[in-house]
Amino acid sequence: MLPDVKVFSLLSIGRHPQSGRARRAEQDARAVELGLTLVGRDLNLVHAGSAQQDDSVLRQYAGMGLPALTLLEQEENADILPSLAKFLQNNQAGIVLMGVRAESGESSGMLPYLLAEKLGWPIVSRIADIVDIKEGVADVLLALPRGQRRAVQVALPFIATLDNAASAPRQTAYGSGLRAKIEVVSSESTVDDLTLNWQVSPAKPRPKRMKVVKAKTAADRFKAATAKLAGGGGQVLKEGTPAEKAQAIFDLLLEEKVIR
Amino acid sequence: MILDWLLPTLILTLLVLAGIGAVRRMNMWRAGQAEKVDIIAGLLAMPKRYLHDLHHVVERDKYMSRTHVATGGGFVLAMALVILVHLIGIESKVLSWMLLGALSMMFCGAVFVFKRRRNPPSRLSKGPWMRLPKNLLIFSVTFFVLTLPAAGVLPASFTLGVMGQWFLTLVLSALVLMSLSEMLFGMTWGGPMKHAFAGALHLAFHRRPERFGGGRSTGLKPVDLEDNALASGKVLGVAKPSDFKWNQLLGFDACVQCGRCEAMCPAFAAGQPLNPKKLIQDMVVGFAGGTDEHYAGSRYPDKAVEGKAVGEAKGGVDHIITDGLINPETLWSCTTCRACVEECPMMIEHVDAIVDMRRFLTLEKGETPNKGAEILDNIIATDNPNGYAPASRTHWAADQNLNLMKDVKKAEVLFWVSDGAFDMRSQRILRSFVTLLKAANVDVAILGDEERDSGDVARRLGDDATFQSLAKRNLATLGQYEFKTLVTTDPHAFHCLKNEYGDFGSDALEGVDVLHHTTFLNQLIKAGRLQVEGFKGGKVTYHDPCYLGRYNGEYEAPRELLASLGIEIEEMERSGYRSRCCGGGGGAPITDIPGERRIADMRMEDVVSTGAEMVAVGCQQCTAMLEGVVEPRPVVKDIAEILASQLIEVHS
Ligand code: SF4
Ligand code: SF4
Repeated sequence: MLPDVKVFSLLSIGRHPQSGRARRAEQDARAVELGLTLVGRDLNLVHAGSAQQDDSVLRQYAGMGLPALTLLEQEENADILPSLAKFLQNNQAGIVLMGVRAESGESSGMLPYLLAEKLGWPIVSRIADIVDIKEGVADVLLALPRGQRRAVQVALPFIATLDNAASAPRQTAYGSGLRAKIEVVSSESTVDDLTLNWQVSPAKPRPKRMKVVKAKTAADRFKAATAKLAGGGGQVLKEGTPAEKAQAIFDLLLEEKVIR
Repeated sequence: MILDWLLPTLILTLLVLAGIGAVRRMNMWRAGQAEKVDIIAGLLAMPKRYLHDLHHVVERDKYMSRTHVATGGGFVLAMALVILVHLIGIESKVLSWMLLGALSMMFCGAVFVFKRRRNPPSRLSKGPWMRLPKNLLIFSVTFFVLTLPAAGVLPASFTLGVMGQWFLTLVLSALVLMSLSEMLFGMTWGGPMKHAFAGALHLAFHRRPERFGGGRSTGLKPVDLEDNALASGKVLGVAKPSDFKWNQLLGFDACVQCGRCEAMCPAFAAGQPLNPKKLIQDMVVGFAGGTDEHYAGSRYPDKAVEGKAVGEAKGGVDHIITDGLINPETLWSCTTCRACVEECPMMIEHVDAIVDMRRFLTLEKGETPNKGAEILDNIIATDNPNGYAPASRTHWAADQNLNLMKDVKKAEVLFWVSDGAFDMRSQRILRSFVTLLKAANVDVAILGDEERDSGDVARRLGDDATFQSLAKRNLATLGQYEFKTLVTTDPHAFHCLKNEYGDFGSDALEGVDVLHHTTFLNQLIKAGRLQVEGFKGGKVTYHDPCYLGRYNGEYEAPRELLASLGIEIEEMERSGYRSRCCGGGGGAPITDIPGERRIADMRMEDVVSTGAEMVAVGCQQCTAMLEGVVEPRPVVKDIAEILASQLIEVHS
């Protein structure tokens, strides 16, 4: 469907919530699924990490139907951002897909934003689907709470993170995964000094305020149970010039002390 | 007379043609993968296997077994004598009389074949099979007439006049040609008589020779993961007919289309798109090439697949089977209950073939239907099919005071809990069993969180990689501890541990008695270690779990246990080795291929028809399936539960 767009799906090693065992990360696997539906076997899979680790999870991703994947070799404590950005730029990536956040490691969810910043590309977060790509512009569906979608247009190249609302990943085939070629690309590792001094300890569950639902009807209860955080205030700006709208956003960010 | 030279010529020609056909057919089988077979020993053992093992199965249908002995035996003898008398021309009255005798025997048999074919049951194939009895009759009658002069009953040149002579010669030659074409040519060129030729060789080169002489061989053969996966051009499992072992192909060719498998298949009865007979015939179409246009038996029941007209299923030895020959849903409908294998007089291995093809679908294509992928992912990531935390495996036993192997290292009995640990209904069975073990003062321990799924479901769903990984890890765990007996309440785990774990080069289970809990409890009762009081409820029937009965031959222990409670079992029509599956095996509830009815409902009807108020089972999966049938219905209880409720506590 899209001959000359290079699509990349970034892979991380997931972590099963019950067993803590490595697995395909749910959202990254969705990134592969979307990539496969967009460009089929022309999809590029990239994982930045150590080449020493057990590659069975990477092979699970490849087993979804790809003959090869790229492993950007990084040292244990490396910050993968610089080399990943360089790799994507050098390879003329058009669309870069990945999960919202990793299931292991820092799991800060910052990588897509930092990548976008570094590359100077737009980012669309929590997408459900990419419907069409025409003349360098993609029609993207954002996932909103309760099954709602918002259609937006983004110019290529861009970065997108996948919401759980995107199509579930297809089954992986052990045999083809086993035969997939893992192309190790050695790249410069930038040591992440900050994390070196971190102490990692298991998280303690935080006390949670019980949600008291004062719904009268079943429909209300259903809504309350399924609603994602919808944010209280806010203001929809429909009138005014783009400059005025930008000013309004800027003012808000100042007020909320997001920027100083 | 012309017949003097025409008859030998005809016989010789057809023998030669049959010889050519035989070579051609053998070459078809040789397209399969290599498999080590002891050729000489197999050939030597063949007559005994035929007379003993095959007839043991045929014997279940007395009518057919006598018919077959007369017809088949008569034919083999007659054909040998025909060659001596009519081809080589040995002039011996004794031989001729023997030939007359053999032909009469064959004639009698053929009459019964003919009678059965007058109004054939639906399981039998029609088409070419309908003409077979006629040709059998013609063969015996024609050669009878032709042998009369040699036996001295009729003078060699009795007077009929020239015209009469010509006419008789013409008629007799035509009949000889017709019947010999069926019997000799058809034997190796794909006619109904092929079953005799391929069947004999199949018996000789069977892939599971352990089955002969009353033995049992039910464990699936492991996929060679190391070699196969990485060799170029090879796939895991069976994609094309040529990926089967050569003797599997030979086995398919042995099918007589008797449809006994079809009559026993629960999936077929439930209207799911599976018919084991058609499946085997499709395999033949696959390696011989062509379409299924000559198939004249019942088809796959499902409408969607039935929509395929006869002749639309195409195959070739190097064509992907699921690409036009067989619908994957056919393969996923099977519960691996082995009823077909048990019933097949030709000892064909349907389940092996089905799982072989599933392996390709799962391991190479990633196309396990419905919940299959999710369940497999869970098993891989958590060692249990529903993705529960592995650390919660022993929660069910929080109040059971059971020793953990990790702590005691050594126990008389290891209780393999199985994934029933995560299911509240199954936990009742586990608790009952523990109650009984304690009452009998058994020195028992469990693995606790160190236990993992046995791999049964993964293997039946075709994921042999995951099965092997689980098996190896379980064996490594088992190897750390010392125990004499391993007992489990789950026949599926029982089967894996007992019959399938042996392929992975571990001695963890060497010298260990692997037992199902009914067997073990029966030992305890017999040894007087358990006191139970008589059962006073209503009528009880017993459902044989496939993986306990047909897979492991344990039909007696559960019945003896129930008898020890004074229960007289109201046997169902389909019980023992003919037990009908509950629908829960082979991952069938996971792949969930729709049919017209549910297998569990049919089984519950079997139960109801005995008038029983309770059905005793020996399997948590059967319990789940049968309890899933809507009420009102008889109560479903595991034998351990029934026994525990009748336990007399002995206070010491
Ligand atoms: S194993 Fe059971 S379900 Fe499968 S084909 Fe045979 S009889 Fe049918
Ligand atoms: S597979 Fe066996 S039981 Fe089934 S039709 Fe063929 S010979 Fe009969």
